[in-house]
Amino acid sequence: MVDARGLACPLPVIRLAAAARAATPGTVVTVWWTDPAARHDVPAWARMRSHTLVGTCPLEQPADRTGPSGPQAWATTVVVEGPPAAPPD
Amino acid sequence: MSARTYLDAGGRAPLHPRARQAFDAATDEGWADPRRLHAEGRRARLLLDGARESLAGALGCRTEEVHLSAHHTASLHAAVLAISRGRRRIGARVVVSAVERSAVLAAARFVADETPAGRRTAGLPDGVDTVGVDRWGRVDLDRWQEAVSRRGVALAALQHANGEVGTLQPLGEAYGHARAAGVPLVVDAGASVGHVPVQDTWDALAADPADWGGPAGVAVLAVRSRVRAVRAWPEDEDPWFPGGVSVPAALAAAAALQAVLADRERADPDRRALVDLVRSSVARTVPDVEVVGHADDRLPHIVTFSCLYVDGEALLTELDRRGYAVGSGSACTSGTLEPSHVLGAMGTLTHGNVRLVLPRGTVRDDVERFLHDLPEAVAEVRRMIGATGL
Repeated sequence: MVDARGLACPLPVIRLAAAARAATPGTVVTVWWTDPAARHDVPAWARMRSHTLVGTCPLEQPADRTGPSGPQAWATTVVVEGPPAAPPD
Repeated sequence: MSARTYLDAGGRAPLHPRARQAFDAATDEGWADPRRLHAEGRRARLLLDGARESLAGALGCRTEEVHLSAHHTASLHAAVLAISRGRRRIGARVVVSAVERSAVLAAARFVADETPAGRRTAGLPDGVDTVGVDRWGRVDLDRWQEAVSRRGVALAALQHANGEVGTLQPLGEAYGHARAAGVPLVVDAGASVGHVPVQDTWDALAADPADWGGPAGVAVLAVRSRVRAVRAWPEDEDPWFPGGVSVPAALAAAAALQAVLADRERADPDRRALVDLVRSSVARTVPDVEVVGHADDRLPHIVTFSCLYVDGEALLTELDRRGYAVGSGSACTSGTLEPSHVLGAMGTLTHGNVRLVLPRGTVRDDVERFLHDLPEAVAEVRRMIGATGL
């Protein structure tokens, strides 16, 4: 899991790429992000690097978080250089 | 200062020498107010009418169908608003492609938002229907046909070519579908006029002189006489753009268009060869890069690519430092968080984006120097952000 919430483009993709480089093929990696460019750029990165995109879903704010809520966070999941994984329920 | 290489001519090309000549001559001859009846006024009127006639000839329409505005944005706003209002008895739905210029999308939303509540209760459709594109940026024609054929469509808008990625739209087919459905089509030809031939597949067409080497401060909106429009602003002698425009600017715009059209066929292969050189060289010399837009069905002078792990603003600044002016559709360069809606709709990488719009007169040497310096500039920006060995 890579927490890139609050980071602007291209940092979410860079953090995700660093995690993917350290992972063995077939590893499932999820990135949390708030930057709107990541919606397009994480799938584009996965395509360019032959990783498999599983999907994107809204991230629920953790219950222990206090204060005003920030921008909507999202989670995008990829499989490192692997075949498509079964989508999460 | 060392020599600069300007590769960002989209919507603001360097002034064509013929535009400057015409502007100077018209400042001497046509400085007066063309609405006044004395000899000076009539002389200015004659020059202005000549400019409109020349523009009409280039666009393939009648002189009285050509209206001059102060900016391409104003042309697009006026066309979308007035033509959709002309069909308010039918509905207020506006069909657009997902890659239209922001001015078109904003005008379409404006039409949808200003729809009076009364019309909603009357059951007439409204809203913006956005038709998606393929990975090269071409509108989905099946979806387009379906969208324009629905009930209550006031107007459809489709660009001739995309100014960010250069891809040409299948305008003939799209116009055919709109016409069959009786829906007027507004065509944004701001990126294409002066660069590729324009067909007669439009009901209203907006063209941008600043894009072909005319002066800033004047733009063209052609509206077929058969199109019904309701202009919801006060009456004026210049009904589409009250107050009129600068006569020297209009004349300079027309002179520049004549000049570039006379030279278009000769220059076209050279411009395409330079873009092909960029497309092949970038893909070969820059790691992790994606060249964007259609390889063949495109404008002759625009090429766009996106580099992984690159901050667009940092790359723009680095290239600027090295003497190159380029454009970008990355969020980091626009002052907003939102990246280019065009790149997003195409599903291509939005960060690290570089857009080259080659002005006329760009020589192979300019492009080769840029291509020589680019890989190092990208590597430098990747180093700065800590994106090495990924």
